[in-house]
Amino acid sequence: MEHSVEYAHATGLLGSVWLLVAIPLVSAAILLLLGRRADRWGHWLGVASIGATFALGLSYFIGLRGLENRSVELSLWDFIAVGDLHVDFGLLFDPLAAVFVLLITGVGFLIHLYAVEYMRHDAGRRRFFGFFNLFVAAMLLLVLGNNYVMLYVGWEGVGLASYLLISFWNDRPSAATAGKKAFLMNRVGDAGLAIAIFIMFATLGSTQFSDVFNGAGQLAGGTVLVMGLLLLLGAAGKSGQFPLQAWLPDAMEGPTPVSALIHAATMVTAGVYLIARSNPIFSLDPTLQTVVVSVGALTLLMGCIIGAAKDDIKRVLAWSTVSQIGYMFLGVGLGGGAYALAIIHLLAHGFFKANMFLGAGSVMHGMSDQVDIRRFGGLARYMKVTWVTFGLGWLAIIGMWPFSGFFTKEPIIVEAFARDDWTAWLYGGAALLGAGLTAFYMTRLFVLTFHGPKRWTEDIDHPHESPALMTVPLILLGLGSVVAGALMASPVADWLTPVLGHGEHHEPVLSHTVITVLSLGLTVIGAGLAWVLFRNGTALQEQPAGPVVRAARRNLYTDAFNETVFEKPGIFLTRALVFLDNRGIDGLVNALAAAVGGGSGRLRRLQTGFVRSYAMSMLTGAVLVVAAFLAVQLGWLA
Amino acid sequence: MDLEFPPMNYAALAPILILFGASLLGVLVEAFVPRARRHLVQLILGLLAVVAALVMVVLNANDRLVTASTAVAVDGPALFLQGAILVLAGMALLLIGERTVQRGGAFVAHAAVTVGSAEDQRQATDTDGATEVYPLTMFAISGMLLFVAANDLLTMFIALEAFSLPLYLLCALARRRRLLSQEAALKYFLLGSYASAFFLFGMALVYGFTVGAGGSGTGGGVDFGTIRTAVSDSSASPVLLFAGLALLSIGLLFKIAAAPFHVWTPDVYQGAPTPITGFMAACTKVAAFGGLLRVLHVAFSGASWNFVPVLGTVAVLTMLVGSILAVTQTDIKRLLAYSSVANAGYLLVGALALSRDGLSSTMFYLVAYGFTVLAAFGVVTLVRDADGEATHLSRWAGLGRRSPLYAGLFTFLLLAFAGIPLTSGFTSKFAVFGAALDAGQTWLVVAGVLTSMILAFPYLRVVVMMWLSEPGESTPTVSLPGGLTATALAIGVLATLVLGVAPAPLLDLANGAAEFVR
Repeated sequence: MEHSVEYAHATGLLGSVWLLVAIPLVSAAILLLLGRRADRWGHWLGVASIGATFALGLSYFIGLRGLENRSVELSLWDFIAVGDLHVDFGLLFDPLAAVFVLLITGVGFLIHLYAVEYMRHDAGRRRFFGFFNLFVAAMLLLVLGNNYVMLYVGWEGVGLASYLLISFWNDRPSAATAGKKAFLMNRVGDAGLAIAIFIMFATLGSTQFSDVFNGAGQLAGGTVLVMGLLLLLGAAGKSGQFPLQAWLPDAMEGPTPVSALIHAATMVTAGVYLIARSNPIFSLDPTLQTVVVSVGALTLLMGCIIGAAKDDIKRVLAWSTVSQIGYMFLGVGLGGGAYALAIIHLLAHGFFKANMFLGAGSVMHGMSDQVDIRRFGGLARYMKVTWVTFGLGWLAIIGMWPFSGFFTKEPIIVEAFARDDWTAWLYGGAALLGAGLTAFYMTRLFVLTFHGPKRWTEDIDHPHESPALMTVPLILLGLGSVVAGALMASPVADWLTPVLGHGEHHEPVLSHTVITVLSLGLTVIGAGLAWVLFRNGTALQEQPAGPVVRAARRNLYTDAFNETVFEKPGIFLTRALVFLDNRGIDGLVNALAAAVGGGSGRLRRLQTGFVRSYAMSMLTGAVLVVAAFLAVQLGWLA
Repeated sequence: MDLEFPPMNYAALAPILILFGASLLGVLVEAFVPRARRHLVQLILGLLAVVAALVMVVLNANDRLVTASTAVAVDGPALFLQGAILVLAGMALLLIGERTVQRGGAFVAHAAVTVGSAEDQRQATDTDGATEVYPLTMFAISGMLLFVAANDLLTMFIALEAFSLPLYLLCALARRRRLLSQEAALKYFLLGSYASAFFLFGMALVYGFTVGAGGSGTGGGVDFGTIRTAVSDSSASPVLLFAGLALLSIGLLFKIAAAPFHVWTPDVYQGAPTPITGFMAACTKVAAFGGLLRVLHVAFSGASWNFVPVLGTVAVLTMLVGSILAVTQTDIKRLLAYSSVANAGYLLVGALALSRDGLSSTMFYLVAYGFTVLAAFGVVTLVRDADGEATHLSRWAGLGRRSPLYAGLFTFLLLAFAGIPLTSGFTSKFAVFGAALDAGQTWLVVAGVLTSMILAFPYLRVVVMMWLSEPGESTPTVSLPGGLTATALAIGVLATLVLGVAPAPLLDLANGAAEFVR
């Protein structure tokens, strides 16, 4: 990068930017520490803290407009200093952070409001709001940090809150398992991010955004590639992208507001934020960008295909999230002007996906927590508000003109066609096909839920619309689904210029109009096909199907793959270690002897915990250590 | 042959001497003070001694000298680690002195009475309590203080035995689960002596090596200066040197609980009285690493190309074994034992970064970990039912509903163990890994990051169990702690928080102290 990155020091109003993190954090602490004493009013404190944060965020946002470069930095204190390593506890408020703050607190406020009603009958409502506030604080820290360590602090925080909230209904075994799965897969990604940060230390001596971005250009190409791939691994883990996508749909075991806020609108987009924030690193290496684009394209198709085969309303939405984030990865991978497009799609997606998740929650609320879309049907007449708002979200996500998805997804498809070699056809084609598939499976979801014949279970008599506390956020988010895209498309791109730079404009291989016509056409065909197929409902049980559908139902065998490649060897390793540790080395020796001699009875009589077994392990270890020392010395190993 | 008494700098040795004197005084107190008042007298004596020694450490803060001929070095690392041992030992004394949770405290007087005999039953039900634990603990502390300052292998060995022998005995003093406690003590004693033998034999080989090197002019010796000169002299036999160094390090690796010399840890941690387990996990770790750091940095740094790969492999193995086996544990004390094994691995990563940053970050880690682990064992002493502590993890399910405050504190400590940011667990790991990277040990850092990801899992499983499970019939309540445990807990939790949010002052202090006298 030729121009160097510098941030002005925060003064005046913007000097108190830390309040954005502090307010929800204090509120979370109060809710979690006061215990039952706060049960009566705790949820309102939770809502109020997010509302206040939103108001503050808005005033900071306005305060930022007048500034040169529109960026301020605030160093609170020296966090860690060892030798040459210095890490500030510092915040950076710039256009990118600002739009995320508004998304997190704005959508977050509406979802908090909704949750007051949704969680009314849950004994743990206060605790839920405590975790929820904790999540918002961590997420704000993630986007506000001015160095990678602060980002990592927030990153771990949202992971923790997400884990606690997925396992919130821990008495259901599926929720406990889903929590573990989310946790483990996220750890894989986190390890990638952590190692990338250590590489920055080792090569650049700093993790400040400004130092890293200014210094990255001087690094060896291989270092940049490795660092970028590790960052991508972290991003893929958090955002449910290939190959770490499997946890996100299972995370739907958490309460619905959690799915809406964490697993649709905010946390899962942290990966996109990470890559967009690190744009000076990613822009350095075309190979790296191609990898990001490929991950995005592959995941967006995978999400569509699997989403079309699922029957659980929240899981279909989850796979659509995976697929939509695939579009965002495609955008940030393309680089240049597409960085901003990805962020804009992310913001629009935050609105319409939160809207649809809350809508799904409203449906479940009215249908005694039923989630199987084969058991819905004809709900349009009973839940008018939910139907209309969900419909707006549906039109937005499939990218129908003039709803918001059209203005935000379309440009990404155009950019994908604007690569300067044959890959334009590959990635452009994938993005276009994805648009058609999205229209198909989202229409299937919409029609099966709200139209066609009733296929309800016997116990449901007359589904009811949700109370106002739930419908008001739905209406507001529904409005957002309509207008957000058109309103944001061009001003936000300008707004983000100081962070993401001006993109050079490439001409796509097809003309703009042709792409628009093609994508709208595919959307209409996909939606029409689904409407025709599912207008009269569907079978109540899973029907035998061809290989493609069977594969899609089983998540394209990715779970089976994970199980064989990671889980089984892991379990084996653990068992082997436990065996060794309990029996000691002489247990192993005896076991071998017993096995050789065929005396399995002797094997069974082996007892554990003997000092002699322990001494034997130590002796073996000692022999190995001495041998290794001598081997190194005498050059046997060198 | 004339033996001349070497000049002594008594002021520099004062912390060790104070503790040693206080433990002798403690023995007299046992003999002469009436039983009813002994507990209070012993506790006050112990705390006073610790405070006085700490004051002396602070007064000596600028000393950089070698005294008692070449036997004892009072330098930055020695003073920092002595201070750390004293602070942590003070906390441990508070836990040991607690008597309101269980009438008469957690200890009995006689370690070696046959379990189940009438006499043993009597001492286990006796509500007056036993106070032998205090002089023993203070003997152990004085040994540790000497160990981190020992400047030759012989002094080091004596200090090692001086703090190990009381610890063996202390392990057998648990009032509840007598058999488990005695078994733990015996195992610890047998294996500890076994490891000491390795250390001694290693010392003999190293002595032989220095004689062969002959560069020191005295024909050989076991003080670190002589060894250092001999190592840099290429004419000497490397086989003796490396066989000796290998055996020496085995003795030290046993004390720090590195794999495969960790086998005693889970059994001993589980069987020992919980305050003693906390004392071992915090103070023994500091002392043993202090000794190891001095041996590696001062005596053998010339051979670092040879020992770093081997000890690095041990570190990786330790981290793997500790973190993977922690996943399958069902007893909270065994879980913390395996976590202590894994933490020994992270500390080794820092110890093998043979730079100033490596030294200072390892010392920081020792302090941070010590506070957290003592507080964690403090909570373990509180979760009890009629049979004493309820350590099986299934019994902790739903604890958050029963006692939100203590479950909350324990959650915070577990998050610190898991290395979640804004706790000392994060800053200390970060500092250690950063130093190791600077020293070029990338492979150790990668292994460290990966295993700490695994290790976070068992901790968070406990968190979820405490908060999100319904309390069962068998979920015990938390006993209200007396003032002593409450103070220790508060110190530990506060330190974990402060060192996580603003670690800079202590890091600076460690950095200023991070230079050995040579």
